[in-house]
Amino acid sequence: MIVRILGEGQLDVSDAATDELNVLDSRIEAAVNAGDEAAFRQALTALLDKVRSIGSPLAADALEPSDLILPYADADLEDVREMLTGEGLIPG
Amino acid sequence: MSVMKRVSMIFKAKANKALDRVEDPRETLDYSYQRQLEMLTQVRRGVADVATSRKRVELQMNTLQQQQKKLDGQARQALGGGREDLAREALSRKSALDGQLSDLQNQYQSLQADEEKLTVASQRLQAKVEAFRTQKETIRATYTAAEAQTRIGEAVSGISEEMGDVGMAVQRAQDKTAQMQARAGAIDELMASGALEDVSGTPRDDIQAELDQMRGGQSVELELERLKGELGQAAPKEIGTGEPATQGQPADQHQAGEGS
Repeated sequence: MIVRILGEGQLDVSDAATDELNVLDSRIEAAVNAGDEAAFRQALTALLDKVRSIGSPLAADALEPSDLILPYADADLEDVREMLTGEGLIPG
Repeated sequence: MSVMKRVSMIFKAKANKALDRVEDPRETLDYSYQRQLEMLTQVRRGVADVATSRKRVELQMNTLQQQQKKLDGQARQALGGGREDLAREALSRKSALDGQLSDLQNQYQSLQADEEKLTVASQRLQAKVEAFRTQKETIRATYTAAEAQTRIGEAVSGISEEMGDVGMAVQRAQDKTAQMQARAGAIDELMASGALEDVSGTPRDDIQAELDQMRGGQSVELELERLKGELGQAAPKEIGTGEPATQGQPADQHQAGEGS
């Protein structure tokens, strides 16, 4: 599957990693729900690191849409909340 | 993937929304391409803005470093003249600038990182826009409106996502730059008002005034010593050097003259 890390670009990630990514994603969800900034940061960093380490970057001229879009590395809890309401997003 | 899936869906919906109003899929190509070119201009402008900000911070850092150097020189001068109190004052003013300097250094690094990220983003978008242009021509030449629809959809949503991403990056960099500009403006104002300058600047510089006074006092003493020396040595020196020269040589010459 193709994963985009906002601000960094797209990576091709093996579908086999889905379960592993799901675990990290549920940690993010728990942190967002609990409003726990520290836990959120840790979980987001872990997820992005994982994607970067197992994914291979797509060519710069690739025009494929992503299956998954992840927040930029320095996004905080509030940024992600805005992303979930669509407020922080700029239409292309 | 709950949270991330939701983020992805909302992001995509937003990214593609701008194109919804176009009826003919082939018009979508031109419309999207137009927007891509606009976005390229925007991201390049963003890079230039961040670079301008970075240079401004760099100038301020240089100014503060020069002031610190000057204070350091003043401290040495004061200590050399036995004025430890003045040296201490100069050093404490020097260290008061440390906080501002490290703040500026952080800003500088942050701006530099943003500049690099935006530059990479603009290169990536450039590559995609070129690929899109080629694909646009191919689709237009090869497919009927109905056939083209799927392909257009894919190409457009791929690049819309990129534009949404780049647009966000530019926006964030601009927000950050604006904040830093405000802080940089505050420092510029401080410098202009003399609040920073009187630490080591010209007429308001009390440390320099005392040092000048101290040095002035010292140089008067030195001058006095020199004059005293000159006057004190003037008489014996002229006699001392004059006597052997006037007595010895003419005598020899006289003798030599007499002898020949």
